[in-house]
Amino acid sequence: MTDVFRPRRFAAMLVKESLQIARDPSTFLIAFALPMLLLFLFGYGINLDTARSRIGLVITDHSEAAHSLAGSYQTSKWFDVVTTGAVSQLSGDLVGGRISGIVVIPDGFGRQVAQGGGTIQVLTDGAAPNTANFIAAYAEGVRATWAAARAGDRGTAKPPPIQTDPRYWFDPELKSRYNLVPGSIAVVMTMVGTLLTALVIAREWERGTMEAIMATPLGMAEFIATKVVPYFLLGLGSMTLCAVLAVTVFGVPFRGSPLALVVIASVFLFPALGQGLLISALTKNQFVASQVALLSAFLPTLLLSGFLFEISSMPVPIQAITYLVPSRYLIPQLQTVFIAGDDWGLFVPDMAVLLGFGVVFFVLTVRATRRRIA
Amino acid sequence: MIAALLGPRLVAIIVKEFWAVLRDPRARLSLIMPPLIQLLVFGYASTMEVKHVTLGVLDRDGGYWSHEIIQRLAGSPNVQRIVRLDSDADLVRAIDSQQVIAALRFDARFSADVSAGRGGVVGAAYDGRKVNAAQIVGGYVDRIVGDVSDTIAVAQPPAPGNSSVTYWFNPNLDYLWFTIPSLVVVISLVSATSVVSQSVAREKELGTFDQLMVSPFRVWEILVGKMVPPVTIGVANATLFLVINPLVFGVPFHGALLLFYPALILFLLSMTGIGMLISVIAQTQQQAFLGMFALTVPVTLLSGYAAPIANMPPFLQVIAQANPAKHFFIVSEGLFLKGMPAADVFANTWPMVVIATVTIGAASALFRSRLE
Repeated sequence: MTDVFRPRRFAAMLVKESLQIARDPSTFLIAFALPMLLLFLFGYGINLDTARSRIGLVITDHSEAAHSLAGSYQTSKWFDVVTTGAVSQLSGDLVGGRISGIVVIPDGFGRQVAQGGGTIQVLTDGAAPNTANFIAAYAEGVRATWAAARAGDRGTAKPPPIQTDPRYWFDPELKSRYNLVPGSIAVVMTMVGTLLTALVIAREWERGTMEAIMATPLGMAEFIATKVVPYFLLGLGSMTLCAVLAVTVFGVPFRGSPLALVVIASVFLFPALGQGLLISALTKNQFVASQVALLSAFLPTLLLSGFLFEISSMPVPIQAITYLVPSRYLIPQLQTVFIAGDDWGLFVPDMAVLLGFGVVFFVLTVRATRRRIA
Repeated sequence: MIAALLGPRLVAIIVKEFWAVLRDPRARLSLIMPPLIQLLVFGYASTMEVKHVTLGVLDRDGGYWSHEIIQRLAGSPNVQRIVRLDSDADLVRAIDSQQVIAALRFDARFSADVSAGRGGVVGAAYDGRKVNAAQIVGGYVDRIVGDVSDTIAVAQPPAPGNSSVTYWFNPNLDYLWFTIPSLVVVISLVSATSVVSQSVAREKELGTFDQLMVSPFRVWEILVGKMVPPVTIGVANATLFLVINPLVFGVPFHGALLLFYPALILFLLSMTGIGMLISVIAQTQQQAFLGMFALTVPVTLLSGYAAPIANMPPFLQVIAQANPAKHFFIVSEGLFLKGMPAADVFANTWPMVVIATVTIGAASALFRSRLE
């Protein structure tokens, strides 16, 4: 092996590698079709915003107040209401998942209201904790609004002594899509950078074409570069596609600069590609490489990066693991560049960590490759 | 005895397929270790709760009432730390840099306004980049501010009435109780499909597919042989979870195992049917893997695990009906937490029978046509 760099040879290898990628139909599946599918699922399918829920309403009281409150539930835009006389009729529906909660207006409710009280019961399906919380909060909200309106009729309502004035910066309309769609770009770049790279290069090891190339006078650095550069460009390509779709189709604001986005993506692709190369060099087997890439890159990006779940809420040992997940440092950058704007004070430290990961992965890859060849 | 029932040829091919999957020690390990790691790490990681938050406070007031609110926030079990901010610029920086998820701002006249009965307003700024977590934190803040507000309002009659909330099936509303039954669905599905999608594709890539074709096996025997290992591995992983769960997580299982296993097997059959279809279409292992990946991601995301189906747009809800995981998800949650009766289990199981029939039928038709 000679380490003399020859531009022509390098260019020829680059063309060879690029052609190899371009001619493989699975490249397009993972670099363009799958990202669009993911974006679509996160843009439309994963809706964490509150929606209409089906609930059962049980009225055992026949006072005017009970019927008036029941009317508030029936006309609420948050609930589709099934009205019946007894809880026993509805509990089976709750078990079967046909309704997600039951509101009970009990006996004597009208009398309590007349005395200045009025307690209702809310039963929710704790098997779906988020929906359960939502129903508990909104069922009480409907009741409180109703009570306030009645009190208002009688002129006893007074504003509370202390109020909060909440402002949700960057996303005043509270659309979860605004953070899910930019976040899914991290998933897409992990797919192209790590999963696809690991898989394709593991196949070369498996088939022995890797050794064939190693036997040529190509230098190690040159060799790794010709493998990495095409995937790097592919990764930037699918990132661009996603960013354009995010803004045009999903209406996510883009308040940063395109340059910042490209820099952020490029810096992330460095460790992502390094991880993919390392996995392929260590496993040299497509099936094992695919499993390792899924477990060490794809799933952590989905679950441990702060994309779907708050890192601060996780148990401490798992929080410690998240520091080893490169996409943890990418998600805040993506969400910031899209909906907040350029903030280099936030970007630069994260980028430094990502570059550090990249160096470690590439050094390990070079070592693993050398050892295997010798 | 089972061998006699199946006949020697079927036994031979099932044994052969098991060897194909289990021969490589690393592949063997990758069937057991990833599901276990996923259960332990992701079981604890995937929580929608928001805890240990850091809040910023810009207290220009320094009076009694701002102090009272800050003290209560600091004492909240969900708040880990309060960061004192010195200026509006500081507040902007703290949120921009994601040092805090929310910041409260008290005006200089806040306590005076409250004491004089003019009403005080607490400014609350939230980081909308994490809009879901921010809204939950907003709920905590509103509750604490409301509590303080109520202590002042004792002179006035409280707003009449309230509601008493009961969380059925999960009285403490522990998120883990939701996660574990869903992980059983997701992980048994992933382990089964990743095995089956490789099965035919590997033979094609290695060139042994033709040998299989000229062997005396009938098409259905080959298919059965290829489907038994993935279903078995899926069942084994689910069983492992059922054993580990009471030891580690303690999520109750109120239902009947006699209902769980038939539903699990039907679910895995419908998934292996789809996986087999991919494997027959794919020319290489790599294509098979990517196909499997392109399948399991939407199957998982549209199962109800990542977000409630009811929140999705209507056309996606229709598509979700064809998703076996959506049906088994209801059964799994139902059997774990609700002790779901047989009638409800059947109501969510028959769609899987339909899906399994269609996918396995299509896979064998395609397999046959590849044969000719």
